[in-house]
Amino acid sequence: MNTKNKKLLLVLLFVAPALFFYGTFNLIGIARTFYYSFMEWRGISAAKTFIGLGNYATLMQDGMVWNALKNNVILVVVSVFIQLPAALLLALLINTKIKGNKLFRTVFFMPMLLSTVATGIMWLLFYDPNFGLLSILARSMGLEVSTAFLQGSTALPAILFVICWQFIPFYMVIIRAGITNIPEELYEASKIDGANTWRSFLSITLPLLAPTLRSAAILQLVGSLKYFDLFYIMMGGSPNASTELLATYMYKKGFSEFQMGYASAIAMFMFAISFVVACVFLYMTKTKEAQA
Amino acid sequence: MNPVLKRQLFKAGIYLASLVILVITGFPFVFLLINSFKDMPEYLSNIWMLPQKLYVGNYGRVLQPSFLRYFLNSVIVGAGSVFIIVAVSSMISFSFAKMQYRFKNVLYFLIIAGMMIPVHTTLIPTFTLLSGIGLNDSLVGLMGPYVSYNIPISVFILTQFFKEIPKEIEESAIIDGCGPVGIFLRMILPLSGPAISTVVVYTFLSIWNEFINANVLITTTAKKTLPLGIREFYGFQTVNIPAVLTAILVGSLPVILVYFFAQEKVLNGLTQGAVKG
Repeated sequence: MNTKNKKLLLVLLFVAPALFFYGTFNLIGIARTFYYSFMEWRGISAAKTFIGLGNYATLMQDGMVWNALKNNVILVVVSVFIQLPAALLLALLINTKIKGNKLFRTVFFMPMLLSTVATGIMWLLFYDPNFGLLSILARSMGLEVSTAFLQGSTALPAILFVICWQFIPFYMVIIRAGITNIPEELYEASKIDGANTWRSFLSITLPLLAPTLRSAAILQLVGSLKYFDLFYIMMGGSPNASTELLATYMYKKGFSEFQMGYASAIAMFMFAISFVVACVFLYMTKTKEAQA
Repeated sequence: MNPVLKRQLFKAGIYLASLVILVITGFPFVFLLINSFKDMPEYLSNIWMLPQKLYVGNYGRVLQPSFLRYFLNSVIVGAGSVFIIVAVSSMISFSFAKMQYRFKNVLYFLIIAGMMIPVHTTLIPTFTLLSGIGLNDSLVGLMGPYVSYNIPISVFILTQFFKEIPKEIEESAIIDGCGPVGIFLRMILPLSGPAISTVVVYTFLSIWNEFINANVLITTTAKKTLPLGIREFYGFQTVNIPAVLTAILVGSLPVILVYFFAQEKVLNGLTQGAVKG
């Protein structure tokens, strides 16, 4: 065997195993979803009929899709404008040198340790209209409020609160890692120059934290657009109009109603949105970086 | 206002805020623990305080063979997947960092872009593919999407790390008569402990907690992973709140224990994995 072929064989040896998995499930998977999205296909074993853009036409006129997208956008807004600032505040809090901050730090991280299913079911029990700790608390304080937290207009905020509970600690850890990477000398120098805490936060911490905040923001952006777990679990597997997300709606169409073709079209719609949003975000931050 | 007083007030404010957040984040865990030792009637009459008598019936209910089976299944799927992920990702990352070939950058981009693919996009094909070869409702089949979905982030972390390993090390190995396979196995892998442990922590936790693929693929009770198992237990015991709280606590205990013994390692794994993603 000549050296060129030998080298090619060697590359293949290193590349092939990963490519086998990634190709089978991710690359071919997307291609197949794309293919299915042009089919009328009800049920796993049912025949597929090509209907062109039929599913996409249905999607454009399906009010539930746009309603779900609206809920996704609300989730994005809550993530970027509530979770991120709160995480930044918490990160600063555990970074101040006060007595007991090791304890605070350890406990603040703890919501991250539960799986989403555990978190969802735990909060389902807390929100239970009769026996949940919140309704018992409300009754013992003599409050005459409706305790059907997960019904009607309070369902979305109730779930969003749990998402914040679960994810703010996660972003706090990320931001704290960014803060600890800022060299101490910068703060000492600014102190000598007479800057107060607020001033050095604005002119040292925030600018040097920008890359960290940017990656956290994109994580939240992409994560919110494909979010599924807590909404599905806390709504008992069937979210209604006020709590439906694109992912839960796709799941409902595909695996409860077995409209596999239509569900594939919704999945491609999600894919396109995530892709475009991520590209735009990366492009915008890239050009910012180039200017800086 | 005098500066000493001002500093004191500032400090008091920080303590107050910290205490409030301490309650919000920590109280649910205390609640899980104390109520896991109550039966339902006591839970209803005495929800806030320590139990009057230590009731262990909830633990008896949770620690049944079926629940232990969920545990074992999660460990099998997690350990098996992580082993494959580390093996295949480190190999392809080695080719990205240390070998020259055509289309290398295209291939790298194609894999990294996978981090942005919503898992729902491939849910239906994964299901039809695994059903087609009889690997749906099987722990081995479940490993397929788990491995595939964790390859992008792992390749990203490992390639970055391998690139920073100095060329001189390889060159000295080549002089000693090492081929690429030898360099990979005897030089690169042993030097990459930190990056590999990041990948292990991050991918194991994400698989341990994974819900949607397992929910679609696994139907037999004996093959369910822990998240599905907790959900099933909740389905059976909906009216027995303390029992479900106990299941949540027991199911989360391994991660909580690991966290308390190796806090920095867990946090590093999580943040590095995420930030680099």
